[in-house]
Amino acid sequence: MIQLTEVRKYFGEKRALGPVSFEIQPGGAVGFLGLNGAGKTTLLRILATDLRSSTGEVEIAGINVAANPHEVRKKIGYLPETPPLYRDMAVGEYLKFVGQIKGLNPDRVDNRVREVEEYTQLTSVHDEFTQNLSHGYRQRVGIAQAIIHKPELLILDEPTKGLDPVQVLELRGLIMRLKEEHTILVSSHVLTEISQTCDRVFVLNQGELIASGSEDEISADLSGTYRIMLGARMAPDTRAEDLVHFVQGLPDITSVEMVQQDDQLLTLSVQSPTDCRGSLSRSLVKSGHDVVRLELGSNELESIFVELLGQQVN
Amino acid sequence: MNGLRVIFQREINAYLRSSVGYILAATVLMLDGLLFYTQALGPDTEARVSGQVLAIFFYTTSGLTVIASLVLSVRLIAEERQLGTQVLLNTSPVRDWEIVLGKFLAALVFITGITLSTLYMPLMIVVNGKVSIAQILVGYSGLVLLGAAVLAIGMFATSLTRSQLVATAVGAGITAVMFLFWPLSTVVDPPMSRVLSALALHGRHFSGFQQGLLHTRDVFYYLAVTYFFLLLATKVLEAKRWE
Repeated sequence: MIQLTEVRKYFGEKRALGPVSFEIQPGGAVGFLGLNGAGKTTLLRILATDLRSSTGEVEIAGINVAANPHEVRKKIGYLPETPPLYRDMAVGEYLKFVGQIKGLNPDRVDNRVREVEEYTQLTSVHDEFTQNLSHGYRQRVGIAQAIIHKPELLILDEPTKGLDPVQVLELRGLIMRLKEEHTILVSSHVLTEISQTCDRVFVLNQGELIASGSEDEISADLSGTYRIMLGARMAPDTRAEDLVHFVQGLPDITSVEMVQQDDQLLTLSVQSPTDCRGSLSRSLVKSGHDVVRLELGSNELESIFVELLGQQVN
Repeated sequence: MNGLRVIFQREINAYLRSSVGYILAATVLMLDGLLFYTQALGPDTEARVSGQVLAIFFYTTSGLTVIASLVLSVRLIAEERQLGTQVLLNTSPVRDWEIVLGKFLAALVFITGITLSTLYMPLMIVVNGKVSIAQILVGYSGLVLLGAAVLAIGMFATSLTRSQLVATAVGAGITAVMFLFWPLSTVVDPPMSRVLSALALHGRHFSGFQQGLLHTRDVFYYLAVTYFFLLLATKVLEAKRWE
């Protein structure tokens, strides 16, 4: 879907991005994570054909962006940090306008506007002028304009910025639904945002790509181990020490640490060089224990992010 | 062409619902009416033949058309940049010339509408004097062509910057210089005088329209100026689109 080769962007003498090279396959959501000024927006603007890279090549859906930006623009939907809304237009009128400049058939545009409004829950504000909308609604109109022409690639730059917690949850749900139909690129400096919506993460710092992969892959690459949180209800007459000892003796387990004990319910932090959750649960069940929780460590991305930035600083 | 049509429609709708459009139209019509009264019909004016009255009308209206065209055009692209909506056009499959031409044509239709609203004044001359409808048509053609040329200059100015103030200064500067070519041409020697008078935005090229005389040369001049500045605006937009 996307291929970047040695892409750099300079603003005057200042390097804002690069060199960056990566490939993204179609489908799913990819998150771009980084502190403010890390180069996320610059990268997304290059992918959205709003900005030309100083060097390097960008291909989207097999089309070279520099050679044929017009064709690429038909395949992308872009929500910049501030939704590009005309204040003097009503929501429905604005979406119709965007649909038309994106090349939708005039006979079908009204139906598509209705579909998108329903999808993004904007039907109730169809006739409202965009200048009168709340921040949350404006953001939704921004997403609606980005998807109106059913683009293959959807680029969302900080989509939840400035939203209240309820609006964040609603928008997160919307992004999760959109993942089923589009390849989505989302940028954010909010770790939970990326963690909860994206299948793959790119971490940027000072214009450079410092890590990429799934959250688990980055975590494993970084420390060489997976951290698995295991919750087990122990078989009758089993002591906590016995269960810890049992788990420690299983293949691929490098260390086990008891986190919490509540009567027969035990929570362990298990470290392994592989994601061995399947074999771990089978072994426990076979030995008469119940598995009540089995997941890769929570808030992992936060620690990964801090560790990655720490490495960069060092 | 789809992009041109859609942008044209959006711009026309924006004029029709914006207070700026109505205020501009009302101001131009009020000033034009006052000038027509004081310069052509007022009690202190000397006796003139109706052709002269019509020429004065077109002369004063041309000045107002120039100002209105500048006011209207300098915001067209700068405002998109200021409001952050330019990014929508930049990332849409719409060509730069479609953006420029769509906005230009909408502004031209609006300016033509304002200009044609003054029609009652020449019609009063028709009723009370001796001027032909053809004279009036030629005069209005001149106003529309002059308006188009100034709109194109304004489009070029507005394509350069995100500041409407800077765009106004640049647009007004270019227009003023092109106006000054005419008086300058009368004080310098040939061949410079011929070059300056040929390039002057008013004077030589508008005087024919003012008198009801249609010269192909003048029509071609205004079309050429319009084309030149629209082309410049498109090139600037093209260069800035990816910057």
